[in-house]
Formats: sequence, structure tokens, C-alpha cells
Amino acid sequence: MIAQTLSETKAPASEQPIFELIEVEQVFEVPKPGRSLFSRETVGLRALDGVRLTVRKGTSLAVVGESGSGKSTLLRVLLGLDRPTGGRALYHSKPILEGRASGIAFARDVAMVYQDARGSLDPRMTIGALIAEPLRHFDIVPRQDEAARVAQLLDRVGLPADAADRYPSGLSGGQVRRVAIARALASEPSVLVADEAVSGLDVSTQAQLLILLQSLQRDMGLTLIFITHDLGVASFLCEEIAIMYLGRIVETGPTDAVLGAPSHPYSAALRAAAPQFFEPLSEPLPGEIPSPLNLPAGCRFSTRCPKAQDDCRLKDPQLGKLGPQRAVACLHPLQPQ
Amino acid sequence: MTVQITKGVADVPIAATPSPAGKSRRSVFIRRPFFTASLLIAAAYVLAAIFAPYVAPFDPVKQDFNVMMKAPSVVHWLGTDSYGQDILSRVIFGARYALIIGIFSVMIGAVGGLIIGLAAGLSGGWAEWGLMRLIDAILALPSLILAVAFIAILGQGVDKVVIAVGLSMIGPFARTVRSDVMQVRVQLFIEAAQLMSISYLRVVLRHVLPNVIFPLAVQVTIRVSEAILVSSSLSFLGIGVTPPTPDWGLMIAEGRDFVSFAPWMSAMPGFALALLLIALSIVGDGVREEFDPKLRRDS
Repeated sequence: MIAQTLSETKAPASEQPIFELIEVEQVFEVPKPGRSLFSRETVGLRALDGVRLTVRKGTSLAVVGESGSGKSTLLRVLLGLDRPTGGRALYHSKPILEGRASGIAFARDVAMVYQDARGSLDPRMTIGALIAEPLRHFDIVPRQDEAARVAQLLDRVGLPADAADRYPSGLSGGQVRRVAIARALASEPSVLVADEAVSGLDVSTQAQLLILLQSLQRDMGLTLIFITHDLGVASFLCEEIAIMYLGRIVETGPTDAVLGAPSHPYSAALRAAAPQFFEPLSEPLPGEIPSPLNLPAGCRFSTRCPKAQDDCRLKDPQLGKLGPQRAVACLHPLQPQ
Repeated sequence: MTVQITKGVADVPIAATPSPAGKSRRSVFIRRPFFTASLLIAAAYVLAAIFAPYVAPFDPVKQDFNVMMKAPSVVHWLGTDSYGQDILSRVIFGARYALIIGIFSVMIGAVGGLIIGLAAGLSGGWAEWGLMRLIDAILALPSLILAVAFIAILGQGVDKVVIAVGLSMIGPFARTVRSDVMQVRVQLFIEAAQLMSISYLRVVLRHVLPNVIFPLAVQVTIRVSEAILVSSSLSFLGIGVTPPTPDWGLMIAEGRDFVSFAPWMSAMPGFALALLLIALSIVGDGVREEFDPKLRRDS
């Protein structure tokens, strides 16, 4: 079954993927809409539905999708914060939750940069204390070298050493993201997970952070998992891309190939919806993303798909192999022109 | 893996951003004249309380039947009471009792409230529900009534008043601590700490507690005046400290019968009490506004 799923490993077969998600499902029981006051009726919200994903060591993967597509839920499963209700989520071939429960090694190896970087930093701690916390917790350097290492990390993310005495409230939005990155790097992780790490910033700040993340990924051999809704950011930073729609990854592959010639109509629509210089915007997708409480019959994209055919409303396509490195969940993938 | 130092990767001058500490804000003492004045008044009370034996012109409990109920004069600045005791000296020594009772009872209330509030806010579920309903039930009674009830159990005396007033203040402290804990525990930085597999106890000590202690410290400064008021009320009702202790509440009560022809007997300690309470509440407000970023208007 694993062989059948996304087997896009370019690397030798002996090399185990860092993360592997096999048919991962996350269903939240939520109060049924319109239930009466005393009713306990619930309905399943399918936040993740049949997610297949392989993350190889040293790669950079962008997870792209609209809000509500399940990116954040996927993230929580990857980080071992939530237990998936179905399927298997593996980290080095072991269940992620097991890895998290069995000591601090997983927490040290997989670091996170939150979208709300300011909120992820304790406002009553100085920047130096915030960066020293993981150093101490994971016992990275002896106490006497701590200050030097903090300065080194600050320098690595492009902040001056005297920032260590500041509080997060005294830094700008771009600077707190750098602090969050420095803090994530402090544990010397091999995987860096970043949730919308550059959204909501000025374009110049965004560019600086992207260049920083790129150089970190290259120089330190980090595996980068980058959650974003910005295709431009994804194509700049990430070798690989996974496009999510309504809780399923509908297309994966090398970023250039996928964005250059999308196979899934949804990828094509996302690509067309990204504003281009000097080009009029193409017609946006009709309608809203359907509710995960009530998934469409057949293919989940069939309600909005411009290419939908009759069988699309009957059969739910899984993510299946398409060429050596790509996979798509579509019954009628687009042919490259 | 070592952290490699690469200069010039997106170097941003950090000096370009304003720092709240570095910005040349005018001193708080100039910006808040009422706060400054109140702080000076409160400081004067504290000094008077500490150095009472050196500042007071007479022995506060020495009765002199030659000078009973004398109006304020050059010798007795605030007059004398029905026992011929010097009111100024008694007011000065009274500051000792007021501040000692106020500070220590608030400490009892704050520590007790911190423990109960933390337990309630962190436990959640059934334990939290039980603790908070208990606090609600206690809060239904005004703190003075509650303090009277504790006095009835404990008996009279300065130490008993401290305990009674302190116990009666646990409720409001517990409630504010618990609401702060509930706010802090859902913050992202708590999740970030858990993501690092930092133990629960460490998260509480390093991240929850500091974010709760600070608002609590502000509460303490504000509630000292309440504690003083309640303890004076107890003494006024004759169930607090016992005569001849120079306590303001007691002095007001003693002067009550003579208020038509020797009004200074009640008025002077009453004035001392009111001035201290007003000064303390202005200081408390100033501290809160200065340190609570949400209330700060000028940064």
C-alpha cells in the first residue's frame, strides 16, 4: 500500500523519509449546525481526508492551499500536537506521537516558526532569555557559552547582539519573526516547520526573510516545511509543493513542474488566480470552498471544477502517481500543452 | 551541525525601530503630578510609621488629665482626646498600625488568592468549578462582613485583624488570578513551550506565573487601601484592635460621643485615614497605568 502511494523519492530507496503521512484523516466532532438547545448531536468535520505526503530529508516543501483547506490541521499532525483520527503519521518510520511522547529528541529535531511570531514569544522575557530557553532546555551549550551562542544565533538571522536585552514589544514585525527563527534554530533542528512565516509583512521585509530562510535551508541542510498561501513565496523558497483542497493534498511534485504545468484543475486555478505583472486577472473560480461538514459527492473539487465530467461526481480520486516525481488526485488530469 | 556565521544576510539596522525604554519619554514624575504628590504623601506616612517614636512629640498612650479634649494648639498641634492623649502622636503611631495591618493582610490575601486562583485556572473542569463556586459564595458577602465573621472566630488584636482581613481578601485575588491564568494558558507562547516538550511544571513556573504575578502585584498596591479601610472599620466597630492602641478607627469611634464640642478627636484621625487612602489609590492607579501596556496612552 505504501508503494502505491506517493513514491516520489528521488533519493536511494534505503533513505527513509523524515515524515510520511499515509491516508491521514482528522475528523473533528462539532455541534451539528442548527441543533436544538439541549441536543447533543454532533457532526464530523473532515479537516483532513486521505492525506498522503512524504517529506524527504533536506528537501523544502511548500504546503499551499486556501484558508480552510486543512493546512493548519496538517501542521498540528506533523508536529504531534494532535492525534489523527485515521491513517498513520510517521516520523522516521515511527508514529509521530510516539516520537513526541518518548523524550525531548523529537522536540529538538523538529522546530516551529509560528505565523503569529509575536504571540509565540513570552512578552515578559527578553530576546536573549527567549533564545536561551531552548539552548538550556535541550542542553545545547554549557552555561558559560550561552550568551555567545545567543549572539551568534542573533547574528545568523541578521539581528545585532544588543537585541538580546530587548523585549519582543520593542521589535518590529519583521524582527520578531527573525527572533522566532533564531529561537527555532537554537535547538539545532533538522526540520524547520514554518507557518506563513512571511505573510503580513512589507514586501522588502518579506524578501529579506525569504532570502534568510533559503540560505539557512541551504547552509544548514535543513528540511523545510513551509505553509503558505502565496504561490510566489512557494516557488521561490521550495523545491517541492503540495497543493491542498478541502483536507486533501490534490497535487504534489517539484514546484517548477507543478506551477509550470499544473495537472489538477485546482492547481491551475490557483496558478491563474495569482496576480501577474501587466496581465489582467483571469476569471476566478466560481463559488466558495464547500463546507468540510458536508463534502461534495465524488471528487471534492467537482462543484467548482471547470473541467468536471459526469464521473467526477461519482468517484472520489485519491492522490495517485503521475510521472516519476508528481502525483495528482484527479480523474482527468490536465495534459501539458 | 554548527551555526554558521554569515554576515550580510539581510542585515537590518535594529536601531531604526523605536524602543520604549530608549525613547526620551519624560519622567513619570513630571508627566503625572498627582501620582508624584500621592507618592510623596504615602512615603511620608511610611516614614512617619517607621520613625514614629522620634517624630511624635508625646507618648501616644500617656494620659494627661490636665489637658483633656483641648483644641489644637501650639503644644498639641491636633489637640488632645478625652484621656488627655496627644492626637498628633496617636495619629503618627496609628500610621504604623494602619500600614502594618494593610500590608500584611494584603500579603495573606494575595498569596492565598494566588494559590487558589492558580489551582482553579490550571486544573479546569470539576475542580475549577468547585473552587470558583466557593469563591463566588464568599464574594457574595462584603469583605467587612466576612472580616467580622473571622474576628468572631479568632478574637481581637492586631495579629487577629491582619489574619481576618487577609482571609477576607482572598476571594477577589483568587478571581483575578484565575482569569489571568485562563488568559495566559491559551496564549501561543504556552503552546510553543509545550512544542519544545518543556514540562508542565516548568511551563507554569517560567511562563504562566510571571505573566500572572505582575498584574497581581498591581492589584496588591491597589488593595492595600481597601485592607486599611476594612481594618479601621473593624476597630471603629469596637471589634478590631483593643484600646488604648492608637488605631485610627478606634480613635474615630472614641471621639464620636464628643463630636459636637470636640470635633478634632474624630476629624483628625479621619482626615489622616482619608488622605492615606486617596494617596494609595492614586499611586496604585498610576502604577497600573504605567506598567500595563494596554492602558498606556503615551507610547
